Amino acid sequence: MAIFIDASTPVLIQGFTGRIGTFHAKEMIEYGTNVVGGVTPGKGGTRHLDRPVFNTMKAAVADTGATASIVFVPPPFAGDAIMEAADAGIKFCVCITDGIPAQDMIRVKRYMRRYRFEQRMVLTGPNCAGTISPGKAMLGIMPGHIYKPGRIGIVSRSGTLGYEAADQLKALDIGVSTSVGIGGDPINGSSFRDILEQFEADPETDAALMIGEIGGPQEAAAGEYVRDHMKKPVIAYIAGLSAPKGRRMGHAGAIISAFGESAPEKVEILENCGVTIAATPSEMGTTVAKSLKTISSVA
Amino acid sequence: MDVHEYQAKELLAKFGVPVPRGALAYSPEQATYRATEIGGSKWAVKAQIHSGARGKAGGIKLCSDDVEIERAAEELLGKKLVTHQTGPAGKLVSRLYIEEATDIEQELYLALVMDRETERIMVVASAAGGMEIEEISTARPKSIIRAVVDPAVGMQSFQAREIAYGLGVDAEIITHLVPTIMGCYRAFRDLDATMVEINPLVITKDNSLVALDAKMSIDDNALFRRPHIAELRDKSQEDPRETYASDRGLAYVGLDGNIGCVVNGAGLAMATLDMIKLAGGEPANFLDIGGGASPQRVARSFRAVLNDKNVKALLLNVFAGINRCDWVATGVVDAIRELEIKIPLIIRLAGTNVAEGRRILDQSGYSVITTETLAEAARKAVEVVSNA
Repeated sequence: MAIFIDASTPVLIQGFTGRIGTFHAKEMIEYGTNVVGGVTPGKGGTRHLDRPVFNTMKAAVADTGATASIVFVPPPFAGDAIMEAADAGIKFCVCITDGIPAQDMIRVKRYMRRYRFEQRMVLTGPNCAGTISPGKAMLGIMPGHIYKPGRIGIVSRSGTLGYEAADQLKALDIGVSTSVGIGGDPINGSSFRDILEQFEADPETDAALMIGEIGGPQEAAAGEYVRDHMKKPVIAYIAGLSAPKGRRMGHAGAIISAFGESAPEKVEILENCGVTIAATPSEMGTTVAKSLKTISSVA
Repeated sequence: MDVHEYQAKELLAKFGVPVPRGALAYSPEQATYRATEIGGSKWAVKAQIHSGARGKAGGIKLCSDDVEIERAAEELLGKKLVTHQTGPAGKLVSRLYIEEATDIEQELYLALVMDRETERIMVVASAAGGMEIEEISTARPKSIIRAVVDPAVGMQSFQAREIAYGLGVDAEIITHLVPTIMGCYRAFRDLDATMVEINPLVITKDNSLVALDAKMSIDDNALFRRPHIAELRDKSQEDPRETYASDRGLAYVGLDGNIGCVVNGAGLAMATLDMIKLAGGEPANFLDIGGGASPQRVARSFRAVLNDKNVKALLLNVFAGINRCDWVATGVVDAIRELEIKIPLIIRLAGTNVAEGRRILDQSGYSVITTETLAEAARKAVEVVSNA
């Protein structure tokens, strides 16, 4: 299995019967994801897309044995939906929803700590494109066909910039083991470091491409992890070289408000930690290709 | 969303934070009238703009009679005040806050922030108030006290006491300071703030405690459940280009260059700006049209970008995932016709149905520069504006 999901992982869709949930559920099923049902409070007992609908996550998990879920619930209720997933025993949860209040996410993260580390749910997002292990399963809203199966791990805050990277890699005939979106919010489920740890331990991943941006401390923390604990090569691009201080660039978390949060500062920190930098967004693919050549010539 | 000083003080006062007596004025006449109502013999006339460092920029004037108040108000109202935080354009002063003057014995610093490292609310305090926090952290880093709030139980009194004693103030002030800190926390929590800053928090000559300035930012994502806060929005403090876009659901940030940008996705939009810079050009804006780039949304985005008269070329970069390039291309052609766009258009489409999208553009009869890669699009855009 790649990290988090494979073709057999049973998946529930939270916010299953809504317009957006329905659209993406169809796409995921078509890609081969093992969608076993979904939850929409009030619609329990009915069927949707030929799959059962439940009122609660607990009932859904008891009936289907699902271990993963994806959240399409609107922002006011999304934090609640994530906590419900954690409480129902879900192991891997992707939250797509954009616009969740930051204090709701503070509470969600505190709530998830009720469970022992080994049993704790892994949350990615919110405000992300999801996770895909090409050729196996897709838990997200990405166009599945742009990802070629392979051995590069991608971790990205941005959705479309992650697509751009996968597309560049495919053009160079390089495939992806798993691509994980961690989302553009200031408080998110998994950090760059969390995902790099997974890639380092994953036998199906040879190198990781990290796509960061301005704002927050997570890129720098990932750099320290790469320096101290990683053997696999890491390539990074940081978006927002031209972003002015104190302005929010689309993502709720993309704002320079402290030292070390601008793109040039992050690039410098990462370079000092031994991360290879793609100088421009057009060179993400070629920089990965160059790193791979170095590995194979050493081996 | 930012609020004005007087609004922040009004909000905080409801949570027990002591503030000086003050009132709002829109005209010089009203300013003197307010001062009389407040009473006393000395007043501060404070320009209300969304920016710190107003004092240094001449936005706060101490007055001791009606003539001085009127003169200060005449001078400030209608003026664009430029501080080191506003940028060269400055911000319009349309409201004044008239406040009783405070005799300062000592200035403290108190703030609550959303700390991204601990992912919790953090209280930051220092006995070296009056300076900005960046200055304090270089000049007197050891004076900074921090406390992190456990979201499961909220802020506890002992944490407020630790901060208060840590600031080294006397016993009488402690009895006011602890409830002030707790009040700021409750306001932060209950109003969905992302930042509350009281700087300075003043100990007066007659040994009382008062918030002399106050700043507050509210989480945009939480405004749906704080309608009374959403009403405090003051559009006069925003870049009009940004007001136009945000009122139409577009994430737009105005910049100073001449290449307008329309991109899907915040990360890709930032990357597009980077590529323009690296190619030697200057972007006019950041604009994320979001996931489903419907033809109407493309047209609306183009209009938002073209509101900026500095724009000499427009670059559209869409990586179609869920949406389709042919659909986006149709939107582009409609927009050109509808808006009668005369400036050069550089279009980079990638992803789903890209060939069909390019065909629609090529056969539209409009001269559109299409490119395959982002790098090429940026280069072309820089080329056309430098030749113009």
